[in-house]
Amino acid sequence: MFAARLPKRLPLRVLPRARPITTTCSRRSDALFVHRDTPYNNPKIPFEFDAENLTRAKEIISRYPPQYKKAAVIPLLDLGQRQNKGWTSISVMNYVANLLEMPPMRVYEVATFYTMFNREPIGDNFVQVCTTTPCMLQGSTDILNAVCEQLGGIKPGQTTKDGKFTVVEVECQGACSNAPMMVVNDDFYEDLTPESTKKILNAFTKGEKPKPGPQSGRQTSENSAGLTSLTTKPYGPGEFCSPEFS
Amino acid sequence: MLRILPTVTRPSSGLLGKVVASPSSSRRTISSTPARQADITLTVDGKEVTVPQGSALIQACEAAGAVIPRFCYHDRLAIAGNCRMCLVEVERSPKPVASCAMPAMPGSKVFTNTPLVHEAREGVMEFLLANHPLDCPICDQGGECDLQDQSMRYGADRTRFHEITGKRAVENKDLGPLVKTSMNRCIQCTRCVRFANEVAGVEELGTTGRGNDLQIGMYVAKTMDSELSGNVVDLCPVGALTSKPYAFHARPWELKNTESVDVHDALGSNIRVDSRGVQVMRVQPRTNDDVNEEWISDKTRYSYDGLRFQRLTTPLVKRGDRFVPASWEDALSAVATGLAASGATGDEIQAVAGHLADTESLVALRDLVHRLGSDNLTLDQNAGTSSPVHGIDVRSNYLFNSTIPGVERADAILLIGTNPRHEAAVLNSRIRKSWLHTGLEVGLIGARADTTYGYEYLGASARALSDFVQGKGSKFAEKFAAAERPLIIVGSALTEHQDGAAVYNMLAKYVLANKAKLLTPDWTGLSILQRIASRPAAYDVGFVPSKKAASAKPKFVYLLNADEVDPKSIPQDAFVVYQGHHGDLGAQLADVCLPGAAYTEKSTTWVNTEGRSQLGRAAVPPPGASREDWKIIRALSEYVGVPLPYDNVLALRDRMWEVSPTLVRYDITEPTSTDIVLAGLAQLAEKTNGAKVGDQPLKRAVENFYQTDVISRASVTMAQCTRAFVKGEGYGFAGLGKQGDKAEAAFA
Ligand code: SF4
Ligand code: FES
Ligand code: FES
Repeated sequence: MFAARLPKRLPLRVLPRARPITTTCSRRSDALFVHRDTPYNNPKIPFEFDAENLTRAKEIISRYPPQYKKAAVIPLLDLGQRQNKGWTSISVMNYVANLLEMPPMRVYEVATFYTMFNREPIGDNFVQVCTTTPCMLQGSTDILNAVCEQLGGIKPGQTTKDGKFTVVEVECQGACSNAPMMVVNDDFYEDLTPESTKKILNAFTKGEKPKPGPQSGRQTSENSAGLTSLTTKPYGPGEFCSPEFS
Repeated sequence: MLRILPTVTRPSSGLLGKVVASPSSSRRTISSTPARQADITLTVDGKEVTVPQGSALIQACEAAGAVIPRFCYHDRLAIAGNCRMCLVEVERSPKPVASCAMPAMPGSKVFTNTPLVHEAREGVMEFLLANHPLDCPICDQGGECDLQDQSMRYGADRTRFHEITGKRAVENKDLGPLVKTSMNRCIQCTRCVRFANEVAGVEELGTTGRGNDLQIGMYVAKTMDSELSGNVVDLCPVGALTSKPYAFHARPWELKNTESVDVHDALGSNIRVDSRGVQVMRVQPRTNDDVNEEWISDKTRYSYDGLRFQRLTTPLVKRGDRFVPASWEDALSAVATGLAASGATGDEIQAVAGHLADTESLVALRDLVHRLGSDNLTLDQNAGTSSPVHGIDVRSNYLFNSTIPGVERADAILLIGTNPRHEAAVLNSRIRKSWLHTGLEVGLIGARADTTYGYEYLGASARALSDFVQGKGSKFAEKFAAAERPLIIVGSALTEHQDGAAVYNMLAKYVLANKAKLLTPDWTGLSILQRIASRPAAYDVGFVPSKKAASAKPKFVYLLNADEVDPKSIPQDAFVVYQGHHGDLGAQLADVCLPGAAYTEKSTTWVNTEGRSQLGRAAVPPPGASREDWKIIRALSEYVGVPLPYDNVLALRDRMWEVSPTLVRYDITEPTSTDIVLAGLAQLAEKTNGAKVGDQPLKRAVENFYQTDVISRASVTMAQCTRAFVKGEGYGFAGLGKQGDKAEAAFA
């Protein structure tokens, strides 16, 4: 492939014409990777673990050798994110850094690296629609459109006006066998159709919590068309044996 | 990631402010000594090389004389292995390997010049350039850019980049008044991040985001508050980090390089002065592993603009209350008349040597004053008019005996009345290096300071030292006693302190009592850290008053670069001559000003705190009518009727050799033999016997790192640094809010 770049004039080798150009637009994250002080997110806003989380944090820290305390940064950030209405503010990061006695920048690095740390506030329900290849082949584009439409025409990355929902596109969640899927808060909703998606969101709007898992009636990820193999009765003990064993 | 250095996990010192590790904090508990390493042999391009085990492959290739292009690898920083430019082919390895991140293996066959390697380099180059703005014509790095050079050498000659959506764009960061950023150009080699974290101790610099979004910065709006920040400009292989004061001033190929020595602290960092015509355009470090490795402090690097302002360019004679320009003849005869009219005889003739006085002029002035019958040679420091407590008979009493690289061998360091971060920033990075990678313990007596390593605080005054020598009151005393190679670093400010005598007395006795460890033929554990460039030389040439002279009331005062004098110490009716290069305090006091040359304008000797003489070289001519300092003194000696016997600098250096042979043995340190050190300490203990231990706290020697001498006080850049880092105000356009943003955009 490197040969393609050599000039055509080179007499020694006959080279194919340079590749035709391809333009893929480079996808960039919609998040900012620097912090800007805002009224709702600045280091002056106090944050502290509540008593219950503090106990949990201590337990998490105790899993690591004392000189490698900072290994607890991801679980503690997650704990902080959960306590802080689902997003990791600068105060959460600073607090964790302080707790683990590490420079705050090391915490910022972690928090900006992992997309599951939301560094901007999110709605009450956090809807993550998977749009990676398997889900896309199974129609995740329709699901995403359905979600956006249902939530009043917002775009991925946005929050509804009433602050109830935030929609984002995410990469593979490891549930491809039940594609297409989305995650609402901590639960997977799989085998979606635009209709079932809308139903689920409706339920959330009403404050209910629909049953997670496949929405197609499947139990887990078994074949939806029924079994295609192993359909006969399996051999039991004592069958097809030579007479002396039967 | 592979690190060649055997490391001990250190807890980070966290925010630099709270360095004192609490007892419960996660101090590292293991310590390791590097294993003895055998040598291994491998073949590079058919050539056999032998390297120590644990070397990186890139080092082996270098040893074999093969040039490996690189961006992220730097031999003084940890290995990152993220640019992939150093790919080489290794036999029986299916893919090209990154030679910087690969340990050299015995018997392996490495190829650095095969078609595969060429294609790999070309490919890496293409990826790097795909997101690089290619704005070389407006980039300050142009002409000395690794990316530019290596793409010429290893890259393809045409582009396949046709993306209409454009290139990656990254917001510029504001790192302060010294480092200008243009983050679009960054190739994410992370050299700057590693430097800031490992060497400078600025743990606020890092990478945020990932993949295509990865960017270098501090995440929150912050400036890079470090005395060594300028070094990232040199480290950055592209033009992402460039020097703000130097921005758009010159191109590297227009500059004349002169190798010289720095005078802003007493380390004698090796520098290269880049000049164009008669102007110094910038100052860069020169590698010298015995002194500054390859770092210099920001004051060294950026205070050169002070050489342009406030200069004395012509002799001035005071008429009434104003200075009038005069010719050299008039000025020198004015001095001679002044001397005669003042009626000063003998010790009433006083000479004061300042911070930036070079060794040649010190010797010349000393000879002149002696010939005029006086012994009143003083220094422009507090208590400079009397002989220093440590005496000057034995060199080891005032020099940094352990030598600068020796600091890394110490396993316990006690700092007394000094903050090396401000008094010798580059030395401080060595202490940090040692603290990070070995089990070094540090204790501090004096004003609390943000060092870049953790320390145990023992107290503010001499009282704490008296507890320490008795082994009382702190765990550190035990650790220090148990250490193999303990080191005591004493700040130069102690000679100016009223408890100086008591401190030196205690130290001398302590060292004598513990000489088994502190004074062995291969280790001298007592070092004095000088902070003023001219001071070690002044002590070496004996520029101190005799007891009798110290009590005389001067009638004629000769200030040689002396700008830190206390104006009250100069009698009203005395005739004052100032010789120096800047119109600062000294010139204000003077009746006659004789314009001298600054350190970039003269070829003179400087003695650093270890007693290492180094030769500075003239990069540019002195401005206007100013002259080299020793020549002025030589000329003056004719006017006052006691001509000095040297007519050229070589003759003067012969005279220096007579005064002290070490002054002309360049670039080496001469260790004082153990017997002499012992004798010196015994003498010191005896001289200071009975000194009372006071409770007066040991104050900071350097309040504002950025402005410590006439050059840095005249420098605009240093004034901006003072605003930004010392006073914590905004500087320039930063911090002016919306309007400021616009102004900066227009300006950038
Ligand atoms: S700014 Fe320069 S030194 Fe820092 S990562 Fe980018 S290219 Fe490397
Ligand atoms: S692709 Fe959607 S879950 Fe794997
Ligand atoms: S120099 Fe080896 S990967 Fe960068």
